[in-house]
Amino acid sequence: MSTVAEKNQKLEPAVTQMVDWYRQMLVIRQFELRCSQSYQQQKVGGFCHLYMGQEAVAVGSLAALRPSDYVITAYRDHGHAIARGTGLTALFAELYGRATGCSHGKGGSMHFFDRGKNFFGGHAIVGAHIPLAVGMAWAVKYRAEDRVVACFFGDGAMNQGAFHEALNLAGLFKLPIIFVAENNQYGMGTHVDRASAVPDLKLRTGDAYGIDGKDVDGMDCLAVYRMTRAAAEYCRGGNGAIFLEAKTYRYRGHSMSDPQKYRTKEELARYQEHDPIGRLEEQLKARGALDERKIEALRQEVHAAVEAAHHQAEQEPWPQPDDVWKDVYANPFGPYQL
Amino acid sequence: MPLIQFREALNQAMCEEMQRDPEVFLIGEEVAEYDGAYKVSRGMLAKFGPQRVVDMPISECGFAGLGLGAALVGLRPIVEFMTFSFSLVALDQLLNNAPKIRYMSGGQFKLPIVFRGISGPGRQLAATHAWSVDALCTHVPGLKVVAPSCPYDAKGLLKTAIRDDDPVVFLESESMYTLRQEVPEQEYLLPFGQADIKRPGGDCTVVAWGQSCVIALEAAEQLHRENGLEVEVVDLRTLRPLDLSRIIQSVRRTGYCVTVEEGYPTCSVGAEIAALVQEKCFDDLDHAVVRVASLDVPMPYSKPLQEHVVPDARRVVQAIQQATYFQG
Repeated sequence: MSTVAEKNQKLEPAVTQMVDWYRQMLVIRQFELRCSQSYQQQKVGGFCHLYMGQEAVAVGSLAALRPSDYVITAYRDHGHAIARGTGLTALFAELYGRATGCSHGKGGSMHFFDRGKNFFGGHAIVGAHIPLAVGMAWAVKYRAEDRVVACFFGDGAMNQGAFHEALNLAGLFKLPIIFVAENNQYGMGTHVDRASAVPDLKLRTGDAYGIDGKDVDGMDCLAVYRMTRAAAEYCRGGNGAIFLEAKTYRYRGHSMSDPQKYRTKEELARYQEHDPIGRLEEQLKARGALDERKIEALRQEVHAAVEAAHHQAEQEPWPQPDDVWKDVYANPFGPYQL
Repeated sequence: MPLIQFREALNQAMCEEMQRDPEVFLIGEEVAEYDGAYKVSRGMLAKFGPQRVVDMPISECGFAGLGLGAALVGLRPIVEFMTFSFSLVALDQLLNNAPKIRYMSGGQFKLPIVFRGISGPGRQLAATHAWSVDALCTHVPGLKVVAPSCPYDAKGLLKTAIRDDDPVVFLESESMYTLRQEVPEQEYLLPFGQADIKRPGGDCTVVAWGQSCVIALEAAEQLHRENGLEVEVVDLRTLRPLDLSRIIQSVRRTGYCVTVEEGYPTCSVGAEIAALVQEKCFDDLDHAVVRVASLDVPMPYSKPLQEHVVPDARRVVQAIQQATYFQG
């Protein structure tokens, strides 16, 4: 076996691991279906951006990382939090504004955080978290730790100044960071072709910032895993940052209040034919790891788990008025006092 | 005690804290090889090496965010803005990410970071280059805002800022960098939220901070010399937390209050203090609170025009005379 083939072999996941990805994607899909219902029932407030269609990106890439690696993302963050392992009840509780939510009811859908899982949010100003990711990678290098940072954002963020400043810093200081652009092709209602002078995103970081760019089929969980696994090895090897463009598609609107006049039903249907969950299902059937009976059992199990978490979250306590004063400061001081 | 400049006091504070804690580091434009645009970080590259004293490209948003990301995972960055006028391209990091990530995460993160640099008008730099960001930053819950007026305070407060677990905006002034004062050799820290009576007096309270405290003291000296008025100068030292009780104690004693600041007058820190003083000391006041601030215009370039816009001791003297019904 050649070294390249050996290396590729090493990057291959076990089939049981792939079944777990399949389950995770089902959880994300089911979580968001319930989330969508709850939003319509006005149990969820604020803006809510669903991830449906993009599940293979969060699941495949985070499967390639270690629990000690740092993860940070934008406001379409449900999938990343679930793939990172945050409990579903804490996530529903956050959506429902409860004290036991993953951000204690202070963040909502766009601001999931879980320090224990090295999940650093959940950031809702487009592109604003990308410099933070660079700082986290700076800390990794400063402390000579064996970690990488995965920073997720959408195609829309790539035209923000913060993105370009951050990429320049990451390239300049050779920081261990995987930039994952989830190109779902629309920044809200504006197609990437109408927003980017160079819409082939993988070309935009190499010459400009010395960060190699690669693209991957973001509807193929296994392909995303392989690409991220290789990227993580590259970063751990002290080679600096890398940029991955995951070509994907979101099934729902930008947020819950999006009439989606900017695209046709046919376009959506075309992508849904290549659904990432269906894709992995086929791959696992071909490997003999799944059959219809197992699939049905998994779906029922996931449905029950999501419903149980949703019901539990509805029973969780509301925060108290005095809680507004908590966590403004680490060393707190009150409002103006006599 | 050695006599040192304001900028040397800042330098000593940073060096002492960096010696004490290997997780403290300094980043900013020209802080390393150039020795600091205003020589605040002189010698620090040689002392601590290029891992801990690091030149940044001209990317304020980028490196402010870099500092915050490092703080999110527990490092203690000092981020120098050459001036806070340049921080405006980083406001999303400074006023959004820095004060809010801890809160939005339900307290899962500390952000031990100091943003420091010049605030206020320099020498004829014109409008975009002359920001006083004290009101802008003090407006935002989640930030702490420090504005020392002398080398002793600068050193003690900066050391506290570096050890604080929250984001601190530390405001300096170009004209203060060469101020000299005797500063003890032994280590000391100054707490936040404790104003200092820089000059005691019973005739009128003047509330000031940073560079405005320097002119308030000039005015107080002049009024003592020329009119026999004894003005009490309350130096806030920190704008958030605000030592309101010290202000109130003084105003209850004097019955008069004047605020002095370099920034714009509208929605200013002085406006906030005036509102608080009338809430808490309404029956103690014998005159409305009088505010001294920059005139309500963008900063002009021409020297006599800038001098007309920026408050000086003469305007503070007039304000005190007005506030105390002083009849020459």
